Amino acid sequence: MMNYELIGISVLWLFLYGYLIIASIDFGAGFFAFYARLTKQDHLINRLISRYLSPVWEITNVFFVFFYIGIVGFFPDTAYYYGSALLVPGSLAIILLAVRGSFYAFENYGSKNHIVYLFLYGASGLLIPASLSVALTLSEGGFILKQEETVSLDYWALLTDPLSWSIVGLAIVSVLFISASFLAFYASRAEDNSALKLMRTYSLFWSTPTIIIALTAFIYLGQHNERHYQNMMDLWWLLALSIAFFAIAMWLLYRGRRYGLAFICIMLQFFCAFFAYGIGQYPYLLDPYITIQSSVTSPSMGFALVVVFVGGMCLLIPSLILVFKLFLFDADYVKGKKT
Amino acid sequence: MGIDTVLWSKLVTGMTLGFHAIFATLGVGIPLMIAIAEFIGIRKQDPHYTQMAKRWARGFVISVAVGVVTGTAISLQLALVWPNFMKLAGNVIALPLFMEVFAFFFEAIFLGIYLYTWERFKNPYIHWLLTIPIVIGAGMSAVFITTVNGFMNQPGGFTMEGGQFTAVDPVQAMLNTATFSKVFHVLSSAYLTGAALLAGIAAFTMLRKGVTGYHRKALKLMMAVALLFGLLNTLAGDVSAKFLAEHQPEKLAAAEWHFETESGADLILLGWLNAEHKIIGAIHLPKLLSFLAFGDFKAEVTGLNEFPPEDQPPLLVHYLFDLMAGVGFLLLGISVLYFVFVFWRKRNELNKWLLRVIALGAPLALIGVELGWFYAELGRQPWIIRGYMRVEEAATTSPSVIILFFLFLLLYIVLGAVSIFVLRRMFKTTGEGEHV
Ligand code: HDD
Ligand code: HEM
Ligand code: HEM
Repeated sequence: MMNYELIGISVLWLFLYGYLIIASIDFGAGFFAFYARLTKQDHLINRLISRYLSPVWEITNVFFVFFYIGIVGFFPDTAYYYGSALLVPGSLAIILLAVRGSFYAFENYGSKNHIVYLFLYGASGLLIPASLSVALTLSEGGFILKQEETVSLDYWALLTDPLSWSIVGLAIVSVLFISASFLAFYASRAEDNSALKLMRTYSLFWSTPTIIIALTAFIYLGQHNERHYQNMMDLWWLLALSIAFFAIAMWLLYRGRRYGLAFICIMLQFFCAFFAYGIGQYPYLLDPYITIQSSVTSPSMGFALVVVFVGGMCLLIPSLILVFKLFLFDADYVKGKKT
Repeated sequence: MGIDTVLWSKLVTGMTLGFHAIFATLGVGIPLMIAIAEFIGIRKQDPHYTQMAKRWARGFVISVAVGVVTGTAISLQLALVWPNFMKLAGNVIALPLFMEVFAFFFEAIFLGIYLYTWERFKNPYIHWLLTIPIVIGAGMSAVFITTVNGFMNQPGGFTMEGGQFTAVDPVQAMLNTATFSKVFHVLSSAYLTGAALLAGIAAFTMLRKGVTGYHRKALKLMMAVALLFGLLNTLAGDVSAKFLAEHQPEKLAAAEWHFETESGADLILLGWLNAEHKIIGAIHLPKLLSFLAFGDFKAEVTGLNEFPPEDQPPLLVHYLFDLMAGVGFLLLGISVLYFVFVFWRKRNELNKWLLRVIALGAPLALIGVELGWFYAELGRQPWIIRGYMRVEEAATTSPSVIILFFLFLLLYIVLGAVSIFVLRRMFKTTGEGEHV
C-alpha cells in the first residue's frame, strides 16, 4: 500500500518535470526570437516559433501553478517555510512571470513585433528559470534559518555559494538546449530548412555547456550536501542512462536526422537526471526541517486530492491529446497551410 | 515597532485582489457572451454575430492574459504574505485550490484550441462546442475559489485541536454555509458585468461613429443578457443579505449601521456618523431592513452593539454596501428602460441619452464588483478565518512587504496601462467591416 506522501511527491515531481520541458521550450524560444531579431535572422524562425507557441502559452503557466498548488496542498508546511523565506525572491519571480505572460499576449495579439516587447520577452525567459531554480538550491539546506518562531533566508550564504550559481547556470543553459532541440524538431516537421539549420546549430552549440555545468553542479552538491550526493551516487545507473541518452541525441543531431527521436532522447536524458536528483533528495523537502512524512497533509485531504487528481487527469489527458493532434502532429498546420 | 507589516500585507493583498477581480470577473463573464453570439450567428446565418464572437474573443485574450498572471501572483502571495494562514488553513483549503487549477487547465486548453480553429471544421457547431468547456472551466474556477472565500467567512469541516485543524473533512469545508449565496452572487454579477461591458462598448461606439447594423445587434443582444442577469443578480444579492442576517450578523449590521438589536428595523441609506455614532442626513426606509434580512417586516435584526468592539468590522462598509446595491438597481433599471423603448414603438431606443447611460453602465458594473468584494472582505475584519484566526496573526513578519507593495503597484500600473493601450489599438485597427 503506497502512502499519500509518496503518491503526492511522485505526481508532483512528474509535473515539475513536465513544466521543466514545456517551459524550457517556451522560455528558450523567447530568447531565440529576440536573439534572431538582433542578428537579423528573425525572418528564418519567428513565424515558426509563434506558430507553436501561440496555442500553448497559457497551458505552460498552468503547469507551474499546478505544481505549486499541489505541493502546498499535499505538504502544507512547505508553504510556511518557503513562503516566509522567499517573500522577496518569490515576488520577483512573480513579477517576471507576469511581465512575460502578459507581454506575450500583447505582442502576439496586439501590436506586432515591437523590439521592447521582444526584449522583455527574451530576457524574462532566462531570468525566470534562474530565479525559480533558487528554490531547488534552498532545499539543500543551510540557506533557510529557523530561529525560534521566525524563518528567514540567509542571502549572503546563498549569494556566495558556488552551488547556487552553478544551479542557476544549469537552469539557463538547459533551457536553451532543450528549446533549440525542440525547435529543430518542429522545423524539420514543418520542412522549413533554413530554420532547421539555424536551430540545429543552436542546439549543438548549447549541448556542451549543458553537460559541463551539470557536472560542475554535481560536484558542488557533493561539497554542500554529502547525503544527497551519496544517494545520487547510489543511483549511478540513472545518471549513466542520462548520459547515454545525451550521447544518442548528440549523434542524431550531428548526423542531422531523426530530429523527433533526438528530442525524445533529450527528454529522457533530463528525465533520468531529474529523477536521480529527486529520489536522492528523498525524504527531504527542505533539509533538515521538512520531510515528506513530517509535513504530509491529513489522510482525508490526501485521499480527496488523489481522487480529484485522477478525475482531473481523465478530463485533461484527452484534451491535451486533442491539442497535440491539432497543432503539433497536424502536418498542414505545422507547415502553415492551415490557420 | 518600525513598520506595520500587517497593514502593508493587507494593502498588498487588497491591491492584488482588487486588480485581479476586474480581469477575473471578465474572464468568467465574457466567454458566455462569446458562446451566445457565436451560437446565434450560426442559427441565424448572420455573419455579424460570428464577427462579434471573433472580436470579443480577441479582446478576451488580453484580459485572460492579465487575469492569469495576476491570479498566479495571488496564489503565490497567499503563501508569501500570509504564511501562517496557509500553515493553518492549507490543510483544509487545498482541495478547492487544486480543483480550481484543474478548471483553469481545462479552460486554457480549450481556449487555445478555440482561438486557432475558426476555419478548421466543416460543421460550424463543432467550433461552437469548444466554447462550452471554456464557459464551464471559467465558471467552475470562480465557484471553487469562492468556496475558499466562503470558508474564510464560515469555517467548517474540521475540529480545532492544540492550535491546529484536525479531523479535516475537505468536502464539508467547501460546502460551508456561505458557499451557496456567494457562488450564486459571484456568478450572476460576473455575467451581468460581462454583458454590461459589451453593451456599453457597443453604445459608446455608436455614439462616436453613428449607428451600424452590427452594433445595434450587439447592443440588443447584450441588453437582453444584462436584463436576465440583472434580475438574477438582484435576487442573489437578496439571498446574500439573508444569509448574512442569519450567519454573519455583524457584517450586515455594520453595512446597515444597525447598532441596537430591534424588530421592525429601518433600512438606512447613505448619511454619515457624528462623534457619538449618531446617524445624520440618512434616508430611513421604515422596517425595510427586517424585510431585507428575513423577508418579514417585523423580524428582529441583531445590532452591532451585541459584539465586542474588537470584533466589529469597520463602519466604512456601509457606503460600500449602499453603493453596490445602488449600482445593482441602476443596471437593472437601464436594461428595463432600454426594452421599454424598444417595445414602445414611437420611441427610439438608440437616442443619444439612452446610449450615454448604457455606456456609463460598463464602468459602473466593474465598480459594482469592486465595491462588492471590498464590502465582503472588509466586513470580515478583524478575522481572516472568522472565529479562528485574526488577520494580524496571519501576516508575514518581514518588513520587505512595504517594498513589495510598491513593486506590485508599479507592475499593475504598467499592466493596466499597456492592456488598455493594446485593446484600443486592436479595435481601432480592426473595424467591423474587416476581417479579424
Ligand atoms: C456588479 C456587481 C454587483 C452588484 C450590482 C451587486 N453586488 Fe452584491 N456583491 C458583489 C457584486 C455585486 C460581489 C462582487 O459578487 C460580492 C463580493 C463577495 C461576494 O460573495 O459577492 C458581493 C457581495 C454582497 C454581499 C455580501 C455577501 C457576503 O459577504 O457573504 C451582500 C449582502 C450583497 N452583495 C448584496 C447585494 C444587494 C442587495 C445588491 C442589490 C442589487 C447587490 N449586492 C448588487
Ligand atoms: C477578487 C475580489 C477580491 C477583492 C477585491 C478582495 C479585497 C481584499 C481586501 C481589500 C483585503 C484587505 C482587507 C483589509 O484591508 O482589512 C483582502 C484581504 C484578504 N482576502 Fe480578499 N478580496 C477578493 C477576493 C478574495 C478571495 C476570493 C479570497 C480567498 C480565496 C480572498 C482572500 C483574502 C485574504 C487571505 C486576505 C488577507 C487577510 C485579510 O485581510 O482578511 N479574497 N481582500
Ligand atoms: C473574485 C474571486 C476570483 C475569481 C472570480 C477568479 C477567477 C479567475 C479566472 C476566471 C481566472 C482565469 C483568467 C481569465 O480567464 O481571465 C483566474 C486566474 C487565476 N486566479 Fe483567480 N479568481 C478569483 C480570485 C482568486 C484568488 C483569491 C486566487 C488565489 C488563491 C486566485 C488564483 C488564480 C490563479 C492561480 C489564476 C491563474 C491560473 C492559471 O495559471 O491559469 N484567484 N481567476
